[in-house]
Amino acid sequence: MLRTLTEKLTTALNGVTGRGRITDENIRDTVREIRMALLEADVALPVAKAFVERVRSRALGEEVARSLNPGQSFVKIVHDELVVVLGGEGSEIARQANPTVVMLVGLQGAGKTTTAAKLGNKLAGKRRDDVLLVSTDVHRPAAREQLATLSGELELDCFDSSSEDPVIIATEALGAAREKKYRWLIVDTAGRLHVDEEMMAEAKAVYAAVEPHETLFIVDTMSGQDAVNSARSFHETLKLTGVIATKADGDARGGAILSVREITGLPIKALGTGEQTDALEIFDPQRMASRILGMGDVVGLVEQVQAKVDQQAAEKVAAKVKRGRRLDLEDFRAQLEQIRNLGGLDELLDKIPGVDAAAAAKSGMDEVQIRRQIGIINSMTPAERRRPELINGSRKRRIAAGSGLAIQDVNRVLKQHKQLAKTMKQVAKGGMERFMGRIQASRGPGQGGRRR
Amino acid sequence: MKSSNANPRDNESGGLLKKLRSGLKWGKQRLRNDIAELLGRGRWSDEDREALEERLLQADVGVAATTWLIDELDAQPRAAASGFTDGLAVIENCVLSLLQRIEEPLVIPEQPKPFVILVVGVNGTGKTTTIGKLAQRFATDGHSVLLAAGDTFRAAAVEQLSAWGQRTGSTVVAQAQGADPAAVIFDALSSASARDVDVVIADTAGRLHTAGGLMDELKKIKRVMSKVDESIPHETLLVLDASQGQNALVQAREFHDALGLTGLAVTKLDGTAKGGILLAIAKELGLPVRYVGTGEGAEDIATFNARAYTDALLGEPSA
Repeated sequence: MLRTLTEKLTTALNGVTGRGRITDENIRDTVREIRMALLEADVALPVAKAFVERVRSRALGEEVARSLNPGQSFVKIVHDELVVVLGGEGSEIARQANPTVVMLVGLQGAGKTTTAAKLGNKLAGKRRDDVLLVSTDVHRPAAREQLATLSGELELDCFDSSSEDPVIIATEALGAAREKKYRWLIVDTAGRLHVDEEMMAEAKAVYAAVEPHETLFIVDTMSGQDAVNSARSFHETLKLTGVIATKADGDARGGAILSVREITGLPIKALGTGEQTDALEIFDPQRMASRILGMGDVVGLVEQVQAKVDQQAAEKVAAKVKRGRRLDLEDFRAQLEQIRNLGGLDELLDKIPGVDAAAAAKSGMDEVQIRRQIGIINSMTPAERRRPELINGSRKRRIAAGSGLAIQDVNRVLKQHKQLAKTMKQVAKGGMERFMGRIQASRGPGQGGRRR
Repeated sequence: MKSSNANPRDNESGGLLKKLRSGLKWGKQRLRNDIAELLGRGRWSDEDREALEERLLQADVGVAATTWLIDELDAQPRAAASGFTDGLAVIENCVLSLLQRIEEPLVIPEQPKPFVILVVGVNGTGKTTTIGKLAQRFATDGHSVLLAAGDTFRAAAVEQLSAWGQRTGSTVVAQAQGADPAAVIFDALSSASARDVDVVIADTAGRLHTAGGLMDELKKIKRVMSKVDESIPHETLLVLDASQGQNALVQAREFHDALGLTGLAVTKLDGTAKGGILLAIAKELGLPVRYVGTGEGAEDIATFNARAYTDALLGEPSA
């Protein structure tokens, strides 16, 4: 993986600290590092250059020279500037009329149809009959079925037309939206290249037919240097009002988003962050800036944990512990499943800046291990799970055979569970404080952790 | 050159260039001219080096591959501080020979039968469209084709593949949305043997390489397929979007780690994106590139040709 910009700059500017003054000379290398980091993050070259120029002039001022750690204050300047560029006023999608028409455009495979459904879901909230969706994509096979299916799943209305002409479909949908008093009409369009004159003319015709209040450019977070060209072309043809960046749940740095924002000046209205229809988030310039710089996304991590941990199951276990009840193997399994939902401990640690992922992997809590442990517990009878002391040699053999693993593995799970139950008992007795004290005292092979 | 000139589709690289030329008309910047100008000035300063670097980076070539190209250039003998006699040729040769190493077309053999292709990739790169085009191509070559609708997640993915099946006269084996993809593909393989089909192409749902659970699902699919015959799938094809930037390298790396890829298909080359990331992928992974996609029509696919790709990336030599 790439070293983060933070690391690079800290090294590059280490020598400067002693001198307490930064000159044009030693800034040159630093600026180069920043430029490279931005390009590596897919920020378009003209945008990166202009950006670096701004950073340079700020850095030459007092700010960096006075700081104790010029490397980090340099990074801070870059980060702050990124936030300024990314940040935007009024990025809400507001209702402006009845119906408020929202049209989605973009290249093939950017995620327009999925975003249309997500957006419909979000705009509708509890009022499911406020939103009408329509697909004008007559080109890609089954594109209209895709939107109809998604709408159905979300209990939203999707306009169906027998026409094969995008302009007629859009016009009919607008008529229906007016007549049936929908508050929102979301118009999905076919993916098209900005250099395809015929298709751009078609988009223009649909635009003219529905006169959208919002025309949103859907852009893939993984886009490369060319994203600015397509964004500019679309903006010139259709007068866009905003951008939605999709597939932001991957590990792309997302420099294309910065470029599109800078070149078009359009606000970024939302981020698509997953395949589920509710995975549409409000755009946060701070987090995006950290991501482009490769600074680790702690906020995102916390959100991921919150999103994936089954709160009910967690509370159930907590309540049990509080009441001083013994944790059985069912509870242990629930805990393991929580960790597995998060993609294993190693995956989790990988997201925290500064954590050595390789060392974390040795914890034995990777996905495979966890899945095996769950498999073993699944091979037990409900009675065995509730009362582990029932499990004798012959039962162990059966469980091992059932899960396709060795008896030693079964023993290990039982031992881990025993330790967990014991620990929880102590927590219940002595309270959390004493428990934490114990952990502090006995760093080392922790409970549950399996060493090889 | 590895590709035989006797190939009946020999003029398809010309077709690809035509597609790309339409991109050029739209202000696709001519890297070749820029480089020629830059390197023909009779000097080679740090500023020139930086300018060349920028031009390459703008084509999504990425920092690592750009640095390599410039190092190659620096290693050329030349009078101190003076320019290169033919710097452009150095760059061109580097790019061409790198791409020639990954020019390895997919040949459907007589045996084993059916020849099984598993198609994978992140969301929206064009897997299903590529499958449709491949089905058309194989059918034109006289092969019987069966499509396995392994994308059971995305709404209407099955319908999309079925439409391609109809269009190309291929059989489609599908189950309901939400079915187990491994099971669907397994069924398709049994059905293919029963029908004595020549080629099976298995679609899968798009997934980000960072989604651990979904990557495991792919591993399972591959494992289940190999139960029919150890050699299956004969080809594990990753579909990459040429308009994507540095993340395409990460995608290739991660999918290769998880599945052991045997080939790549690069799509959406009809736009103004140059697909320079393929250089970085070629350098790091060396995976064969099988096909390039240049549009939405059934015919808009060509066998990867290193010469044509080099010209697409750098701009054609001026006549």
